[in-house]
Amino acid sequence: MTGPATSQAWSSHEGAAALAAPTSTEKRRVFDWRILLGFFLPVAIALLWEAAVTFGFAEGRLVPPPSRIIAMLWGLAQTGELWTHAWMTLWRVLVGFIIGALSGIVLGALSGSSQTLRQLLDPTLQALRAIPSIAWVPLFILWLGIFEASKVALIAVGVFFPVYLGIAGAILSVDRKLVEVGHVFRLSRIQLARRILLPAVLPEAVIALRSGLGLGFMFVVAAEFMGASEGLGYLLVDGQQMGKPDQILAAIIAFAILGKLADSLLLVATKPLVRWQDTVRERL
Amino acid sequence: MLSFEHLSKTYADGTRALSDINLTVHEGEIVALIGGSGCGKTTLLRLIAGLDRESAGRIRLDGEVLSGPHPAVGIVFQEPRLLPWLSVFDNIAFGLDGLSTAEKKARVTHALEKIGLVEHADRWPRDLSGGQQQRVSIARAFVTNPKVLLLDEPFSALDAFTRASLHEHLLGLWEETRPTVVLVTHDVQEAVTLADRAVVMQPKPGRIFDELPLTLARPRDRTGLPFETSVRRVLTALDHSLKAPQQQPQRERDRQAAALWW
Ligand SMILES: Nc1ncnc2c1ncn2[C@@H]1O[C@H](COP(=O)(O)OP(=O)(O)O)[C@@H](O)[C@H]1O
Ligand SMILES: [Mg+2]
Repeated sequence: MTGPATSQAWSSHEGAAALAAPTSTEKRRVFDWRILLGFFLPVAIALLWEAAVTFGFAEGRLVPPPSRIIAMLWGLAQTGELWTHAWMTLWRVLVGFIIGALSGIVLGALSGSSQTLRQLLDPTLQALRAIPSIAWVPLFILWLGIFEASKVALIAVGVFFPVYLGIAGAILSVDRKLVEVGHVFRLSRIQLARRILLPAVLPEAVIALRSGLGLGFMFVVAAEFMGASEGLGYLLVDGQQMGKPDQILAAIIAFAILGKLADSLLLVATKPLVRWQDTVRERL
Repeated sequence: MLSFEHLSKTYADGTRALSDINLTVHEGEIVALIGGSGCGKTTLLRLIAGLDRESAGRIRLDGEVLSGPHPAVGIVFQEPRLLPWLSVFDNIAFGLDGLSTAEKKARVTHALEKIGLVEHADRWPRDLSGGQQQRVSIARAFVTNPKVLLLDEPFSALDAFTRASLHEHLLGLWEETRPTVVLVTHDVQEAVTLADRAVVMQPKPGRIFDELPLTLARPRDRTGLPFETSVRRVLTALDHSLKAPQQQPQRERDRQAAALWW
């Protein structure tokens, strides 16, 4: 069911659906208003700061006014530097995310679906999780060199744990009652996994992937701090060393936009999988 | 023919949920299991459905000893247990995996007509009312044409109006293939409306206290005197089962008493 079809069906049905329709419009109205309210504070502060610098109340050297940050972003975009750095960062996150998420899904699925495998895998993985991931950096650099491989490995480690925990937990918490429906219709183990377990864990799997992606962006900064010549993280370090706070802030804004875009993309891509469960969407 | 021979179930924690159940349900018969909570009614249905293993004794279906879920046995749980990610149509079709698409469509559409939910075929379960969800759950069990259908208090969560209409839907579906039905209920009116026989159970350990034939002609008139009489008889038996918890009934004497009573 897509947007217009749903609303049509809803308005034409009686009972619960008819009750639900006005509620959802109400909700939407409240939501719009809140979004506007959320804009108020940052915009007001930005304007105040801009005014303060313009009228000479503040110098704005260490905390540049918004106009200078925008100019810096614009300049970086003009020279094409911004895209090179953003693309490099995105590429690292993407590769690290794919590796981390895939291994998280596989190991999480194994550990969630078999008690024996869980007892075999889980203690080790939990112990590894207790290590702050940044602590791996020196070792990764020794093993993998200072170039891409060590950076991607660090990101992959960061992505792995939330995905692993999310998937294993989701499988363990699948409703026994629904699994019994599968037993009644005599599904084989594989059929049971495909027709009941997989769809049942999808909503939580999406949540796990999203937190994995979030950590991926966190770790790419750390990875790019440890000696990169390209990437938004490099822009940060460079801005610090050159004393250019506007460049640091521009890079931070670029990070925010990139992270939000990637998250939204993941959300849109997985939306068809969890369409049936609106409660989860509302919580996100 | 479905039969239980010395069927017992003791759970791992030592609870004697069922003790020495002996009962034969004829083909096409509707048997109502009545009794307070904790009599082992759900346990009995779960054993028949193959979701749990009996501790002793056996269950036979047409001579074949049942061990595990059987294709000829369908069950409707107390909750609808629909799969939230499947449409109403796909939920009903869930057990029809081996069939061709056309056959599947024909069977599901027919079932949807029978339960009066044709226009809801493409909706999600979450958009249905409780009664509609339970109808879908009944249709899901019926479309596979089971020889034995088990219903575990399927209407207990619904209001009286919805329940009465679901009774009709259920009988409408039952008329078509006349499966053997074991219906668990704690509603005596429901038992007399639907069943050919009432089996009264007793707890601790779960066992059969009494059996009462309900031989009223169908369709049953819920307002007539014979209906009232049957309801009273079942209520009396239930009453006795509660008053004499440790005593085995003397069925013959009981029946005579019931006959004299009215
Ligand atoms: N999985 C279980 N483990 C232990 N005891 C159980 C379990 N399921 C049911 N019982 C016990 O078995 C008895 C019968 O339960 P049940 O079959 O659910 O009764 P009913 O459906 O008639 O209310 C109860 O005393 C209940 O507490
Ligand atoms: Mg029960």
